[in-house]
Amino acid sequence: MQRIINFILDNRNTFLYVLLFVIGLVFTIQSHTYHHSKYFNSSKWLSGSLYDTKADITDYFSLKSENKKLIKENERLKFLLYNQQSDSNFTSPSNMEFEVQSAKVIKNSFALARNYLTINAGEKSGIKQDMGVITSQGILGVVENTSNNFATVQSILNTKSSINAKIKHTDYFGSLKWNARDYRVVQLIDIPRSVPVMIGDTIVTGGMSSIFPENIPIGTIKTYNLNQSQSSYDIEVDLINDMANIRAVYIIKNKNREEILELEKLTIDAQ
Amino acid sequence: MLNNPVLVNSSRFILLVLAQVLVFNHLNFFGTINPMVYVLFFFWYPVKENNATLMLTAFALGLVIDIFSDTMALHTLAAITLAYFRPFMMRFCFGINFDFQNFSFKNATVVQRMTFLFLLIILQNMVFFFLEILSFSHITLILKQILFTTLATFLFCSLLIVLFSKNQE
Repeated sequence: MQRIINFILDNRNTFLYVLLFVIGLVFTIQSHTYHHSKYFNSSKWLSGSLYDTKADITDYFSLKSENKKLIKENERLKFLLYNQQSDSNFTSPSNMEFEVQSAKVIKNSFALARNYLTINAGEKSGIKQDMGVITSQGILGVVENTSNNFATVQSILNTKSSINAKIKHTDYFGSLKWNARDYRVVQLIDIPRSVPVMIGDTIVTGGMSSIFPENIPIGTIKTYNLNQSQSSYDIEVDLINDMANIRAVYIIKNKNREEILELEKLTIDAQ
Repeated sequence: MLNNPVLVNSSRFILLVLAQVLVFNHLNFFGTINPMVYVLFFFWYPVKENNATLMLTAFALGLVIDIFSDTMALHTLAAITLAYFRPFMMRFCFGINFDFQNFSFKNATVVQRMTFLFLLIILQNMVFFFLEILSFSHITLILKQILFTTLATFLFCSLLIVLFSKNQE
């Protein structure tokens, strides 16, 4: 017994190291398999406020380019609005499926294998997990964790990310993944071989998930190859968004999402 | 006040965390290279201090940086590994002198100190990037990341060491 105690005391640093290492591994592996850690993320008050303060200062440097982007977007939206047929069926707001909320990115990252952004809107503004986040140009990611005033967003530049996407004007869906190699390029897989694919075609979100509305731009086809089993294409997609430079974002709330999820759950339970 | 080791190390802790999460995490050289300068905490930490204390401090240091950068517990794992292997590395770099009572950083040569710093950085980067990707299909990507990030970290840490060194004659 004495020898066991001595052994433990002699190697107490090693035991401490192993213990701490295991704790660290558990944190890491937990968030590999399921959602990002609930307790250790930058949407928390302290980190959120610090990033917010920093963003308040650094925002001034990009005001000009940000303004240009927003004016361009306004231009496009006005164009769409004025060219719409006057008798088009504008439904009343209560019938509309999607709500849009604006926010600002206060922390961006794209150099890791699992990238997250932090935005300055949280539960108080009605942000919940699994809402879609887009910029004025295209898709950005999905909300993962929220606190009162902040939220973290799982970027599409995240090896865990998987988003339903399709080639514009076709109805063939695939899923959008990222292989962590280049922050300007993502991969679209599972597009069947029979689909005519052209370099330069636009990739947009598909309507198969309740997170994003259909037809939000993602990028253009850079190269494509048949996969190993020769049955479907692996497509490299050039992103429309410059992921290194993102400020203003929009969060999309799908009013029917809960209903859809409930239905899906019922269907699965019934099986 | 400047001689109180607890105070010095606490302020070093806070300043390194702030530097890492506010500045160095967002440098993104060539798209993906972000120096991990908090390794300096282990370089500057007192030689004679208890290793268990260092390990617990390292755990806290890594965890804070992880929370800010949304990296699960990768920095934590890298930091505690550094803390655990630090005495072995010191013995390797500073030789038999390390075991003497009067050993101090000041009478080590520049080469010895740089070797020590380099070993710390390469270990930190290896732990971080291997655990980050955890898949061997990415082995070239991991090695590339380790190589470039190690070089960038080494460069920045050397600059910071020169900048903040106390014993200027």
